[in-house]
Amino acid sequence: MIYRENGQFKTTYAADQQIFTIAQDKVFVLGVIAFAFIGIPLLADEYMFRAILIPFLILSLAALGVNLLVGYCGQITLGAGAFMAIGAYAAYNFMIRIDGMPLIFGLLLGGLASAGMGILFWIPSLRVRGLYLAVATLAAQFFCDWAFLRLGWFTNYSSSGSVSISNLSVFGWGIDSPLEKYLFCLCFIVVFAFVAKNLTRASIGRQWMAIRDMDVAAEVIGIRPMWAKLSAFAVSSFFVGVAGALWGFVHLGSWEPAAFSVDRSFQLLFMVIIGGMGSILGSFFGAAFIVVLPIFLNQVLPALGHLFGIEISTAGISHAELIIFGSLIVFFLIVEPHGLARLWSIAKEKLRLWPFPH
Amino acid sequence: MGFFVETLIGGLMAGMLYSLVALGFVLIFKASGVFNFAQGAMVLFAALAMARFSEWANIALGGDNLFLANVIAFFAAGVVMFIAAWAIERLVLRNLVNQEGATLLMATLGIAYVLEGIGQTIFGSEVYPINVGMPKDPVIMFESLFEGGIMINKEDFIAALIAAILVAVLTIFFQKTPVGRALRAVADDHQAAQSIGIPLNRTWVIVWFVAGLVALVAGIIWGSKLGVQFSLATVAMRALPVVILGGLTSVPGAIVGGLIIGVGEKLSEVYLGPYVGGGIEIWFAYMLALVFLLFRPQGLFGEKIIDRV
Repeated sequence: MIYRENGQFKTTYAADQQIFTIAQDKVFVLGVIAFAFIGIPLLADEYMFRAILIPFLILSLAALGVNLLVGYCGQITLGAGAFMAIGAYAAYNFMIRIDGMPLIFGLLLGGLASAGMGILFWIPSLRVRGLYLAVATLAAQFFCDWAFLRLGWFTNYSSSGSVSISNLSVFGWGIDSPLEKYLFCLCFIVVFAFVAKNLTRASIGRQWMAIRDMDVAAEVIGIRPMWAKLSAFAVSSFFVGVAGALWGFVHLGSWEPAAFSVDRSFQLLFMVIIGGMGSILGSFFGAAFIVVLPIFLNQVLPALGHLFGIEISTAGISHAELIIFGSLIVFFLIVEPHGLARLWSIAKEKLRLWPFPH
Repeated sequence: MGFFVETLIGGLMAGMLYSLVALGFVLIFKASGVFNFAQGAMVLFAALAMARFSEWANIALGGDNLFLANVIAFFAAGVVMFIAAWAIERLVLRNLVNQEGATLLMATLGIAYVLEGIGQTIFGSEVYPINVGMPKDPVIMFESLFEGGIMINKEDFIAALIAAILVAVLTIFFQKTPVGRALRAVADDHQAAQSIGIPLNRTWVIVWFVAGLVALVAGIIWGSKLGVQFSLATVAMRALPVVILGGLTSVPGAIVGGLIIGVGEKLSEVYLGPYVGGGIEIWFAYMLALVFLLFRPQGLFGEKIIDRV
C-alpha cells in the first residue's frame, strides 16, 4: 500500500536511469545514510564503535568487493584475505616510504597495488573455472601469508614481524577517537557502495553477469571473457585492498600477517553467500551477520550457562561457539540459499500488497 | 646423490600421506559433486575419537593388551564416523539437493566448524598420542649404492604401505562390488541412477562413511606421527593442491598428484628454501598445482569438460 511504484511516471531518460527508480527506495536509502551519519554517532558508545560498527563497515566493504567477483562475475575466490593483506601492506609501505603521503591517497594506492597483484595472480586462473579456480586462489592466500611473514622488506624489517601506523590525519583532521574512525570509514563505504552499485548497472557489470550466467554464450554474443574476468578481478581486488588497508590502519592500528589469514577469506565468502550473491545490500547484511554473531554468542553463552547453573569453561565456550556458528551457517544455507538479501526482497513484495491479502 | 635420493624418498612418503587425505575429497566429489572442505575436520574428528577410545579401552582392559584396545577403538571410531556420515546426509545434504557448488562448499565449511567443535567438546582439546605400535626407529638402506646409505623412517614406510593397500581395496570396492557400482552410477548421473532404483540418500551415507573411514586411517597415521591435535584439521589445506593437480574426479589422480606434490614440496624446501628464507612448502605446492592447471585445466586425470551453448 505504502510501498508501490504506481503513479511514479518517468518522463525523461535521465529519470528512467536513476539508481533508485522508486521514490520510496530513494527516501529509504537517504534515510539510512543520514541515520548512519547523524543518528548513530549520537546513540552508540565507544564499545559499539570499536567492537561492532567499525569492523562491520570495513568488512562490508571487503564483502562488497568479493561479491562483485563471486556474485556478479561468478568466479569463486578463497583468496580474498590475501588481497586485504596486499592492500594493507602496500598502503603501509606507501605511507612510511614516501614523506607526507596523504592518508586517503595511501589507502587508494594500497587498493591499486592490490588490483595490480590481483590481475597478476588471476592470469593463470583464466583457463581454470569453478571449484578448481577456488582452490587455485588459495595459492595467492598462502603465498601472501608467507611473503609478509618472511620477506622483511614488506614490514620495513620490523623485529617483531608486526607493523603499526599511528597519527592518522586527513587535511589536518586527526582521526583518533572511535567516532572519528567510524565517520572516516563510513565516508569510504558510502562512496564505494555507490560506485559498486553503478558499476553493476553499467555495461561492465552486465558483461560480468553475462559471463557468470554462461560464459560460452557470452563469448558468442561478443563479450570478451578475458577482459570481463580480468576487470572483475581488478575491481574486486581494489575494493578488497582498500578494505584491507582500512582494516589495518583504522581498526587494528598494528597488525601481523595472521590478521589476513585464510580464515578471513572464508569469512568474507561466508558474508557474500549468507548475505546474498549478486546483491549490494546483501554484502552489508552478510557482514553484519558474521560480525555480530560471534560477539552475541560470546555474551549470551556464559549467561545462558549461568542461568542453568552450569559453569562453562572458556574452552567449552569457544567450542560451543564453533558448533553454533557452523550449524547456523548450514541452517541459513538450507532455509534461504539465496541469502538474507532474498528475505529483504520478499519483504518488499509483501509490503507492496500490505495491508490487503491479494 | 645419496642426500637427493633421501629427500626424494621422504617426499614420496609425505606424498602418500597427502594422497590419503586427498582420497577423501575425491570420493565425496565423485559421488555427490560436493567439494568437501570438512575432510580435514573429519580427519581430526576421527583421530580424536581413535586416540581417546584407545586410551579408554586400554584403561578398561587393565592396560596389558594394547593391540585389543586399538582394535576396539578402531571399530568404535568407525561407528562414530558412520553416525557422523548419517547425520551429515540427514541434516545437511538432503536439504541442499540441487544447490550450486559454492553453496555446498560453504555448507561443508559449516560442517567443518561443527565437527571441530563437537569433536573437541566430547574428546577434549589437548594433544593426544596414538600408539598403534608403529616402529619409530629409522633404518639405513642401500649402503652399497651410496656413501653412508639412505636413512628411511620405518614408520613412513609402513604408512605408505597402508596407503597403497587402502587404494587397492578402494579400487576393488568401486569396480567389483554392487555397492561400488551403485556409487559409480550415482557419480555419473544422479537422475539416471535414481530412475533405475538406486537410493540416492543411502548412497550418500555410504560414500561419506567411506570417506570417514579414509579420514580415520589418515588420522591414525598422521596422529601417530605428530600426535592428535587441532592442527590436524589444517592437513586438508595441504592436500588441496593434490586434488586439483590430480583432478577432482580421479582416484589414481589423487595418488599420483600426492606423490608429485610431496616430492615437489620436499625438493623445493631443501634446494630452494634456503635462498628465500624457508617455509615455502605450502605455497610452492599450490604454485606447482597452478602451473599444471595452466596446461591441463581439468587436472592430470580429471574428466575433460565440454561446453555447449
